[in-house]
Amino acid sequence: MTDEPTSPFSKSEMMIVAAARELAGQRVCFVGVGLPNIAVNLAKRTVAPDLELVYEAGVFGARPARLPLSIGDPTIVTGSTAVVSMHELFAFYLQGGLIDVGFLGAAQIDRFGNINTTVIGEYGHPKTRLPGSGGACEIAINAREVFVIMRQSARSFVERIDFRTSPGNLGGAEQAERIRRQGGWLGRGPSVVVTDLGIWHFDDDGEMRLDFLHPGATLEEIKATIGWAPRISDRLAGTPPPPTDELRLIREELDPDGAYTR
Amino acid sequence: MQDAIADLVRDGDTVAIEGFTHLISFAAGHEIIRQRKRDLTLARMTPDLIYDQMIAGGVARKLIFSWLGNPGVGGLGAIRRRIETGEPAPLEVEEYSHFGMVGRYTAGAANLPFYPLRSYFESDLPVANPLIRELESPYGDGKVFAVPPLKPDVTIVHAQRADAAGNTQVWGLLGCQKEAAFAADRVIVVVEELVDEAVVRADPNRTIIPGLIVDAVVVEPFGAHPSYVQGAYDRDNRFYLDWDAITRDEAALQAWLRDWVYDVDGRAAYIEKLGPERVASLRPTASAPSGDVDYGQYT
Repeated sequence: MTDEPTSPFSKSEMMIVAAARELAGQRVCFVGVGLPNIAVNLAKRTVAPDLELVYEAGVFGARPARLPLSIGDPTIVTGSTAVVSMHELFAFYLQGGLIDVGFLGAAQIDRFGNINTTVIGEYGHPKTRLPGSGGACEIAINAREVFVIMRQSARSFVERIDFRTSPGNLGGAEQAERIRRQGGWLGRGPSVVVTDLGIWHFDDDGEMRLDFLHPGATLEEIKATIGWAPRISDRLAGTPPPPTDELRLIREELDPDGAYTR
Repeated sequence: MQDAIADLVRDGDTVAIEGFTHLISFAAGHEIIRQRKRDLTLARMTPDLIYDQMIAGGVARKLIFSWLGNPGVGGLGAIRRRIETGEPAPLEVEEYSHFGMVGRYTAGAANLPFYPLRSYFESDLPVANPLIRELESPYGDGKVFAVPPLKPDVTIVHAQRADAAGNTQVWGLLGCQKEAAFAADRVIVVVEELVDEAVVRADPNRTIIPGLIVDAVVVEPFGAHPSYVQGAYDRDNRFYLDWDAITRDEAALQAWLRDWVYDVDGRAAYIEKLGPERVASLRPTASAPSGDVDYGQYT
């Protein structure tokens, strides 16, 4: 990272840059649709040049020449290491234990990192029908760890999610660890949640804890956009702002139309 | 296309138009709408715009899927309205995860009673869909979940090329085209190009579907638009973005169907209406040929 002064940036840009930084040192990342897609592609161009990008559409070792709008796009194929059937991708690469980080988005999340991407309201009579699992519920179990990127709001950070699409730390670390051990899960569950306001990691008891506050965000804002009394680290720090060269990458190369950063 | 759909797709059928963002046969979907097929069960991992259009066209009573949306853009309005409000008619849904759908086709293709997978643990999906069932390993080493086989009456896939016998070759994203085709009772293959048998035989590793299981080959260049065909044309992301406004408004969606499906008598007319500039803008910016491999002669 560079120390040069930064130009003004949006909350979305801060979120994407912060999420990309979390991938430093990681080897194989399963890329989810939406915000994870731009964060992982930024990481590949900055902190994690050796990162292997895995797309559920059936690509290992993708080198997208442009940021795909969808995670299924011809640019993830050309120049990649391997194109495989989706059966191979899910059975051998994911369930076989080769994925270090599953990078997911979410519509609702609770304090233990359990995720809803299925419905708001009752399943049988939903107020809002969301996309559903896609590969998320198997990624949550089989990826070694899970990163989440999502915008924080009172509607998304809730005391009780309406539907548990993908398990996080269930009712707490003790229960989650017992079930993971008994079930022979490969994954340790969620390790970080990056939002447009800050960065949350998970405490020993499985509850998320705010460790970094983004520039411009306040604790009042954090508390106003969450459905429970949030745990704040006693060593809370400010997130370093995005360097100018990373902002340029986002604006000029990755997302010139602003599809992800609006 | 008219004949293939008229002969092979029947009211009440389970139909799978597969292709994971790549190679989605919009041409076949539009023909199904034009022929006013009814009471279909539509299966697809990602219903995508094509099932939004078909469901708006009133062809389906049920949807089997694993991810419902316009990737990177938003929702599928016609499907959401049917689920959220039951208007103009309720839509039955049967929901899985991606791996679950792949497993269902795999079990269907392999004539197995179920497919086991390490997924769905501590998820509410098996509660929402009781066909996803927990299963004890017969070897006493824990639990997995099982999904039932999916055997479509008809599977329709788009591909780069096939010969007249239906031997079909694909490159780029493979999705679950192969599994969905082998699982089906009837198979329609729609291709950009019909090639001589010798072209297929020169590169047999690229054949994913043998003519043995194919009932009809339809040649329909640009038949996957606004989806794409690796090496031939790009995904029309502008269309996917524009769809967001159309699908939010039932009247706009019905007007779109009238202009682009009902009042168009086939793919050739659709492409003409799309115009040569739009078509040209979707061609690859440069060529990226594969390296040659040598299979060798062994006489």
